Amino acid sequence: MFGYPGGVVIPIFHALHNAPFKFILTRHEQGAVHAADGYARASGKVGVVIATSGPGATNCVTGIATAHLDSVPLVVFTGQVTRQQIGNDAFQEVDSTGITRPITKHNYLVQDIKDLAGIIKEAFYIASTGRPGPVLIDVPVDISKGEHKFAYPDTVHIRSYKPVYEGHPGQIKKACQLIETSKRPVIYAGGGVVISNASKELREFVMKTQIPVTTTLLGLGVYPETDRLALEMLGMHGTYYANHAVNESDLLIAVGARFDDRVTGKISDFIPNAKVIHIDIDPASVSKTVPVDVPIVGDCRRVLTQMIEQIKAPKIDEWLAEIDRLKREHPLTYERNGDDRIKPQFVVEEIYRQTKGDAIICTEVGQNQMWAAQFYKYTQPRTFISSGGLGTMGYGFPAAIGAQLARPDKRVIDIAGDGSIQMNIQELIVAVQHRLPVIIAILNNGFLGMVRQWQQLFFDRRYSHTCIDFAPDFVKLAEAYGAEGIRIKTYDEVAPALQKALAITDRPIILDFIVSREENVYPMVPAGQSFKEIIMREMLA
Amino acid sequence: MTAPHDEDIKQYVISVKVENRFGVLARVAGLFSARGYNIDSLAVSATEQEDVSVMTIVVRGNDRVIEQVKKQLNKLIDVIKVSDHSDMPTVERELVLVKVNAPPNKRPEIYQLGEIFRADIADISQKTITLGVKGDPDQVQNFIELLKPYGIKELMRTGRVSLLKE
Repeated sequence: MFGYPGGVVIPIFHALHNAPFKFILTRHEQGAVHAADGYARASGKVGVVIATSGPGATNCVTGIATAHLDSVPLVVFTGQVTRQQIGNDAFQEVDSTGITRPITKHNYLVQDIKDLAGIIKEAFYIASTGRPGPVLIDVPVDISKGEHKFAYPDTVHIRSYKPVYEGHPGQIKKACQLIETSKRPVIYAGGGVVISNASKELREFVMKTQIPVTTTLLGLGVYPETDRLALEMLGMHGTYYANHAVNESDLLIAVGARFDDRVTGKISDFIPNAKVIHIDIDPASVSKTVPVDVPIVGDCRRVLTQMIEQIKAPKIDEWLAEIDRLKREHPLTYERNGDDRIKPQFVVEEIYRQTKGDAIICTEVGQNQMWAAQFYKYTQPRTFISSGGLGTMGYGFPAAIGAQLARPDKRVIDIAGDGSIQMNIQELIVAVQHRLPVIIAILNNGFLGMVRQWQQLFFDRRYSHTCIDFAPDFVKLAEAYGAEGIRIKTYDEVAPALQKALAITDRPIILDFIVSREENVYPMVPAGQSFKEIIMREMLA
Repeated sequence: MTAPHDEDIKQYVISVKVENRFGVLARVAGLFSARGYNIDSLAVSATEQEDVSVMTIVVRGNDRVIEQVKKQLNKLIDVIKVSDHSDMPTVERELVLVKVNAPPNKRPEIYQLGEIFRADIADISQKTITLGVKGDPDQVQNFIELLKPYGIKELMRTGRVSLLKE
């Protein structure tokens, strides 16, 4: 449990004082929600947060919205003023259920202490089943002060909430037939595969069918990127071969993915010749932006299992040869020379080499996130943790704290930018306090790099308010917090610094990589455009 | 009144059965308002089941957006059932109260009009008559149109309620 105390939650904290579980006091409520979110993504369990009313609740909002957009199971408790005071603009009063209504899967205002246990049971059930999401429980202080006989229900029955897990057999048959006769199929796997723990089934399915796989940002790791059939990430900053293959496909098999605009680009030009099979547990995701030929509502793991039983491999040797060629001809690249400074991509590659792909990588948002997605090869699910839907700067580091608490056996590395890291740097003390060896690898270019990149490419190089080289000394900052800090300025220093960081196991480490100032993320499909408008690094050289 | 940036706007009648709890109305209304859709009318009432309420929502929009809203409505935990009555055989009723200018020389005409529509005379004052009419929404609209020339001082409609035909 993560949280922060305040006036109206003192009665709850009174009880937490000798709770039989670990409570992590973050230094900001936003940090608490992101940490619980990172914990949930790394473990598959529900993350729990407690915060006070008013500013405590509003500080949670960004974290809750982040979890909502990425379908992360959380239960967030907020304190509320007394039932009598509600609506009177009492001290630290906000309408927390009102504010969070559109960014939670469900929320509750507890009106009667006898409902409390049932609500908590329901909240965990709703958060963790179907398409998961955050649930908020707003508890007035007169209720948390009250007493009632404890009776925790064994089961939950909500007549209006019955997620469908099993795929419709008729639809599954249709899908298999489409696959078997396809010539240029591609699997497009998303975060739903992570959530439903369907990575094993996906691999089995691919083994049987030999269909190439691309993943979304949140799907990274569900299929090993080191495999011949892996196309890696698609979309705005996806690989050339993933985007090309999807664009040229005659059948797109979407598994737990939602055709986000960062994936599709211009909808009218997206997959001009493909039929679409869409497997998703959320009926509202199906046919939302892209028309679907065979919708299958259900849990990815169950549906894939059902399909594996009957699928026969399509004959796609020519297609696979074409994909091999694309992968050979258009690899992800960067220009190492031409600049005294370290290239950020090199740092990510070195992290991959030294961790052998076995770390949990968290990211902030922006260029750091895209380079982390592109140049580290993910081979296992739940090893890439990032704010995809909301794109929340400041997410990565507190999420890394949560992930490290969930997985003490793993090295957790936050690949950060010098902008994002300053948004939740206060949580550094939490990592120090709990002796968490989270590594923060700052790709420090002195810019809010992604916005600067857009300004360069689409706004006449007018770098309006994106230069942030007026910055703190991150090494001294680390020292002030009791963490380790290392500045890295040359290529030669990169590997030793990482080795040193990986040898430290009892405190967080900031690695301040001074990287190339104006490096861009490529490939890039400009927002709202089609794959045909893709910008490749080579084209600019 | 209308949804922004859209061509194929038509009117939809959506009936939503919900748990009879506080906060449900705000959740349902929020799905429309978040998309910039204005609800033309909304009637919320009890049903034959004590713990179930029904909302009849009349809204304008296009197929794609309304389809998405219906799916999102279904996702709300407190929503039990969503039915689209737009192109279905239904019975619909609505009640209107109209306070109309009624100088003595016009009163007979207004009474006559009222009789045709089986209006109640709800109130009479020196200068006005207030009539109540119930009927299907078209009838109610007709009645209002016919009263307009006399000068409508105030008008209020309940919003329609809609049941599918057996």
